[in-house]
Amino acid sequence: MSTQTAPADALLDLLTRLADDDLLLGHRNSEWTGMGPLLEEDIAFASMAQDQIGHALAFYELAHALGAPAPDDYAFLREPNAYKACHFVVAPIGDYAFSLVRHYLYDTAKALRLQALTRSTYAPLAELAQKLAREHKYHQLHGRTWVQQLAQGSDESRLRLQSALSEAYPMALGLFEPTPFTEALAQAGVQPTERSLETQWRTETESFLSGIGLSVPTADATPYLGGRRGYPSEYLLPLVLEMTEVIRQDPQAVW
Amino acid sequence: MAPDAPIGTSLDPRMNRAGLSPAEGFAGAPELDQFQTYQVFHQTRRGEQHVHVGIVHAPNPELALLFAKEQYARRGQAVNLWVVRTADVFATAYDDDDMFAPATDKSYREAHFYKNREVIDEFKRRMDALADRHFRQQQPAQPGALPTDPRRVTVKGRSGKKPTIVIAKKP
Repeated sequence: MSTQTAPADALLDLLTRLADDDLLLGHRNSEWTGMGPLLEEDIAFASMAQDQIGHALAFYELAHALGAPAPDDYAFLREPNAYKACHFVVAPIGDYAFSLVRHYLYDTAKALRLQALTRSTYAPLAELAQKLAREHKYHQLHGRTWVQQLAQGSDESRLRLQSALSEAYPMALGLFEPTPFTEALAQAGVQPTERSLETQWRTETESFLSGIGLSVPTADATPYLGGRRGYPSEYLLPLVLEMTEVIRQDPQAVW
Repeated sequence: MAPDAPIGTSLDPRMNRAGLSPAEGFAGAPELDQFQTYQVFHQTRRGEQHVHVGIVHAPNPELALLFAKEQYARRGQAVNLWVVRTADVFATAYDDDDMFAPATDKSYREAHFYKNREVIDEFKRRMDALADRHFRQQQPAQPGALPTDPRRVTVKGRSGKKPTIVIAKKP
């Protein structure tokens, strides 16, 4: 049982990075809309990207309840350095192999996180995690199925997948970058430490990926860090400018 | 495209990043460069029949199910999906449509008498649901106790008339 309650700034830190990751990766993945490798996959990927932006909204709403600006303002009218998304989600879409591998790695991490959050002492977050976890099941199935198909497809598909994996894996470690609030959140039972989530994630992804014949660059992987603490990657600013191009024309416009 | 945009650039930044050159035209995909198709059936409630809803292209059944879910069940109206390889469907030939043509008047076989079938079925479903709820309330968990079903719905009526529905408790 928790011995102390988490301070609001720790909760805000957590909600903001959960929301920012979903928003920015959702936006990235939406870049495939209309350009996917085949019609059915195009629709599925776009639909999941939309789901993900919906998840971001739900997290922004919880943050708003704790004093953050209204969701749209918080999501779109913040200083770029104030985003807490990791570098991994901000990276360009690359080829479809990279986007699929990122989708698989990210969604596996998110599934573990949501699962842990269903037991959070912060009740609104526990409730939300339960709700999102159901929809998230399909996302995870989608990523796993594709990665497995391509890993066991032709030489070309396996090689392209492997090279995407080698590139994406160290980036993905940035998902678990600790913040100054990580320990306080764990002590208050809001969420396990990033380190423990990372351990679970490594175990699961390594066993799945090596099980389908891919090699996982675990030992020499240097994580891409900084995103959670206001040191954004070079790709953040162009992404944010593009994403907010319309709202910046007239932030007061009513839709 | 904006009038002042240079030729070959798009207002869609994704197009520009993709490095495509619409001015040069696209070669297009080779013909029949598609996966095989699967026929998709969905079920809206457990116990209901599966109904054909459309087609997906996919290399195998696993991906067909994956695509079928997003094409035909993303708005949450299904509880179950089937996919069947189109190549596995046996069909009559359109040339053989003689066999569907009735040679003599067979109107006596047609179910004109069941005009109210849908209304009656819907009513029965509602009564079933009510009875289920009632039944559950009446039966606190008693291990080993055999429940008695209280429902009994009779429908009386003739073609073209509003049906009378009689609900009786079992004696």
